[in-house]
Amino acid sequence: MSRARADEEEYWHSSKFRAFTFDDEDDELSQLKESKRAVNSLRDIVDDDDDDDLERVSWSGEPVGSISWSIKETASSSTSSLEGRDSSLQKGSSSYAAFPKQVSSYSLSSLFKGRNKLPSFQSLSDALSDTGVKNYTPELRRPKAEYKDYSSDWSPKDTVRRMQRGKVCSLERFRSLQDKLVLLDEAVAGHDGNVITAVLIFLKRTLRREILFRELEVRQVALCHLIHFLKESGEQKFLLDLLRFLDRTEEVALSQYREHLSIQDVEKRREFLKGCIGLPFSAEDTSHIQDHYTLLERQIIIEANDRHLETAGQSEIFRKYPRKASILNMPLVTTLFYSCFYHYTEAEGTFSSPTNLKKTFKIPDKQYVLTALAARAKLRAWDDVDALFTTKNWLGYTKKKAPIGFHRVVEILQRNNAPVQVLQEYVRLVEDVETRLNLATKYKCHDVVIETYRDLKDRIQLTAYKCKVERGSAEEDKINSILNNMQIRWKN
Amino acid sequence: MAFAGRRDVPEPPDFGILKRLARDQLIYLLEQLPGKKDLFIEADLMSPLDRIANVSILKQHEVDKLYKVESRPVISASDQFCFLVRPRIKTMRYIADIVNADKMSGRSRKYKIIFSPQKFYACEMVLEEEGVFGDVTCDEWSFYLLPLDEDIISMELPEFFRDYFLEGDHRWINSVARALQLLNSLYGPFGKAYGIGRCAKMSYELWRDLEEESEADGQGRKPEIGNVFLMDRVALVADTDYVTALCSQVVYEGLVDDTFRIKCGSVDFGPDVTSSDKSIKVLLNAQDKVFSQIRNEHFSSVFGFLSQKSRNLQAQYDRRRGMDIKQMKNFVSQELKGLKQEHRLLSLHIGACESIMKKKTKQDFQEMIKAEHSLLEGFDIRESTSFIEEHIDRQVSPIESLRLMCLLSITENGLIPKDYRSLKTQYLQSYGPEHLLTFHNLKRIGLLTEQSAGETLTAVESKVSKLVTDRAAGKITDAFNSLARKSNFRAISKKLGLIPRVDGEYDLKMPRDMAYVFSGAYVPLSCKIIEQVLERRGWLGLEEVVRLLNGNEFSTAPWRTTPPGIPSASSLPSSWGAAPSQKLPLFGFWGRREGASSSS
Repeated sequence: MSRARADEEEYWHSSKFRAFTFDDEDDELSQLKESKRAVNSLRDIVDDDDDDDLERVSWSGEPVGSISWSIKETASSSTSSLEGRDSSLQKGSSSYAAFPKQVSSYSLSSLFKGRNKLPSFQSLSDALSDTGVKNYTPELRRPKAEYKDYSSDWSPKDTVRRMQRGKVCSLERFRSLQDKLVLLDEAVAGHDGNVITAVLIFLKRTLRREILFRELEVRQVALCHLIHFLKESGEQKFLLDLLRFLDRTEEVALSQYREHLSIQDVEKRREFLKGCIGLPFSAEDTSHIQDHYTLLERQIIIEANDRHLETAGQSEIFRKYPRKASILNMPLVTTLFYSCFYHYTEAEGTFSSPTNLKKTFKIPDKQYVLTALAARAKLRAWDDVDALFTTKNWLGYTKKKAPIGFHRVVEILQRNNAPVQVLQEYVRLVEDVETRLNLATKYKCHDVVIETYRDLKDRIQLTAYKCKVERGSAEEDKINSILNNMQIRWKN
Repeated sequence: MAFAGRRDVPEPPDFGILKRLARDQLIYLLEQLPGKKDLFIEADLMSPLDRIANVSILKQHEVDKLYKVESRPVISASDQFCFLVRPRIKTMRYIADIVNADKMSGRSRKYKIIFSPQKFYACEMVLEEEGVFGDVTCDEWSFYLLPLDEDIISMELPEFFRDYFLEGDHRWINSVARALQLLNSLYGPFGKAYGIGRCAKMSYELWRDLEEESEADGQGRKPEIGNVFLMDRVALVADTDYVTALCSQVVYEGLVDDTFRIKCGSVDFGPDVTSSDKSIKVLLNAQDKVFSQIRNEHFSSVFGFLSQKSRNLQAQYDRRRGMDIKQMKNFVSQELKGLKQEHRLLSLHIGACESIMKKKTKQDFQEMIKAEHSLLEGFDIRESTSFIEEHIDRQVSPIESLRLMCLLSITENGLIPKDYRSLKTQYLQSYGPEHLLTFHNLKRIGLLTEQSAGETLTAVESKVSKLVTDRAAGKITDAFNSLARKSNFRAISKKLGLIPRVDGEYDLKMPRDMAYVFSGAYVPLSCKIIEQVLERRGWLGLEEVVRLLNGNEFSTAPWRTTPPGIPSASSLPSSWGAAPSQKLPLFGFWGRREGASSSS
């Protein structure tokens, strides 16, 4: 006996000692992995003729594919006898040691601990149709021809793992609904969205919509992935069908409404929006959609009119301030600004008049005043600004009122370079004394500063302010006359 | 991702390796298509690409012309096209159109798509559908991590947030797992890993799974990264710290980001900053000696620093008067260059400060900060609400308006329905009706919600639950809980003391806690949690907080390679996507303090 031979003997002996045990889990796993690798590589070499008797013998010893076998198999799976499964499993494991090639592409560990290893397997549909054995040993009764496709002969779990590592894996062999769902649940359990989507694309291709939808309804994570995929790939019709099936009517409406963003032609967009009004939005959103439609409708009219006016060159305002951009598809407030800028004096009857816009869209006073103020200030139309805040009571007295703080008014006016005379009128109206003083000092509204100090009876501040005004000016005179006024009771 | 470590803590590992690795791989991939080729680059890959390669490197590897991926017809005579893209379906269609157009006109070219950081099956499916599968070759550029600074690395995946938190798509979890794998293989096994949030947990699990196969590799190496901290970016509502992202930034770096947008650690300063007629691209990192000293400072102390600096500089220059020839020669050869450099940097940052001031005064920055602080403290809600309203009415800024509304919603646990409706209406009127969709998305993600929607939700929930088995029902309840997403802001901030009680003025120059980044108004939750967990070496004692954050916490010592007692080399907190820059200084602050305590 040669030396090599002896070594080999020894190897076999020692390897026998390391018999297959169920106690040592690590050992079991690593061994299984090893053998599986060996098996899979072997399949390349071994011709299918040779493995006839090895491969196609079921646990009970009958040739796979024979009629009797398949009938029995069907029967046992429908009765699903537990003892039967246990005994066959034991047989299987013992025969495994002898014929390693019989290891299925489902790893043995999943065979034994199937339930535990597939936590997400427990949905209603599974529970109803799952009869036990069938799920875990399907390839044992697969016809011969399929064995040729060994490269894709992976368990759902291994398939998912391979795909997570970016390897190509054919999914075609997952043909029964159960197989597909096990695969999907494995993918979800694997946390890799890329793989989940890949499986869903496969399912979408190979399952009828209603069945796919039904199964996804109880698989929220997978459902999210499909919805996202449909959105991204622009399969709008499919998406809407799915959302309708799920009774998510509001999402149906929003998803349809979203389409308007890709319509460039305004007329078409207007038509499309008109169609959106009837969609099942919430009551609140329905009115927003209605407003959106009305706004675009108005803008189309205004745009046509104004473009005509501008090109004709008749209107002074358009000649003096040529439009920088079209008003189409602008927000309402921008439209209002535009109309306050170009069409301020128009009667309420015309679509482009600010009052008409205000009424149609129920623009709040605050919003309206802010916008009109900005527009008129930009044109330096100070009379209009004045009129905006002037109210008359029934006796005919006028009074200044604003729905926004006057400090805000001052700020907007100042930004539009309003002259001091205009500015100080509004600074004076700022209620908070401190803010008023600050603004007045900042914008050099001397009269307001002087009067405020007088009202505060603050002689020191007033005296100090004298150096801020020009020597010999009317303001200086005013300060002096106040300081000389004996009737004021100064607090300091 | 951000790596924390400064002054007192050990040197961070050499993150430059990541750059070299990415560059080498890119070159390898380009060489796979030998000969002259045109390179098409996706817009949002440009900034990251800039950080690791430049045009001359590309030219060296026979890249002829560079194009941006955009929907415009391509006119090129090149025989080979290479596309450097993100794995997006839209981009695949764009490429397929080019290929198909070439086919129609009988042109033959070679096409290669390089996906960064990985390719998706859905992309290949589109290529197959469009009939160009096989005409193009696909490769992956595993560019998972970009070092932004000596101590900050980022995944630069802005889509992550939307995909995961809005759409519920787990597609980037694999990328996170692979990034962890990369770090693990380059810098040795992590000492200890902590995490909170569903997304963090899934990433961790997937990473462990990927790691199983290559377990042997890292054994026995000295860990360069002590603690890894995984955290879902949304820790307040659902899982992340939204508040931190929603508050105005008042630290210099944050304000620079606000005003000029820092992209991949560099910024474009426009003509108004450079006081010339062109803009300059400036790299903002620890190399910039001026920037590195002011980046984490509260804006109010930056001016003082800059003027002090300029005076010093002036003095340095002035020394030259009264020098003799020899001294002068010395000065010119040794100091002048450094001074000039400093001068350049100083003038840039002073210019930047001016721009920031100009922009902020226009936006009523003071009033805005005041409103934010009231929201955080829960006072004067009405006043803040009308401030937001006016902000919207005046069309100040669509983003800022939304930001304030979200902050209101989170701190107040949703807007009262009347306010919600009126603010929404005014927003749509000011910024455009299509923002209806924006509002819907924000509601879904839990950022901007209406109060007392609870009842209707429960009804739907029970309806759905009837359809499924118990176990699935539990999951659905989870899902609904995250839908309802009660913001536990008040409870959490009370529990962790996130809103410092301050007697008198908060001294911004000598900050006593991390709240200084928000002028003392708020301690960022994510940083507080990291601090707490590291102090306790686990989640023990934080059960209540964990519950308020929806759980999913974990902590493990995967390889037990760091014996207890030896201070871990450094820690690596991570949050997904591009890190918001206001968070960065915090890790620094925290690193400094941590370092000090562990060395004592």
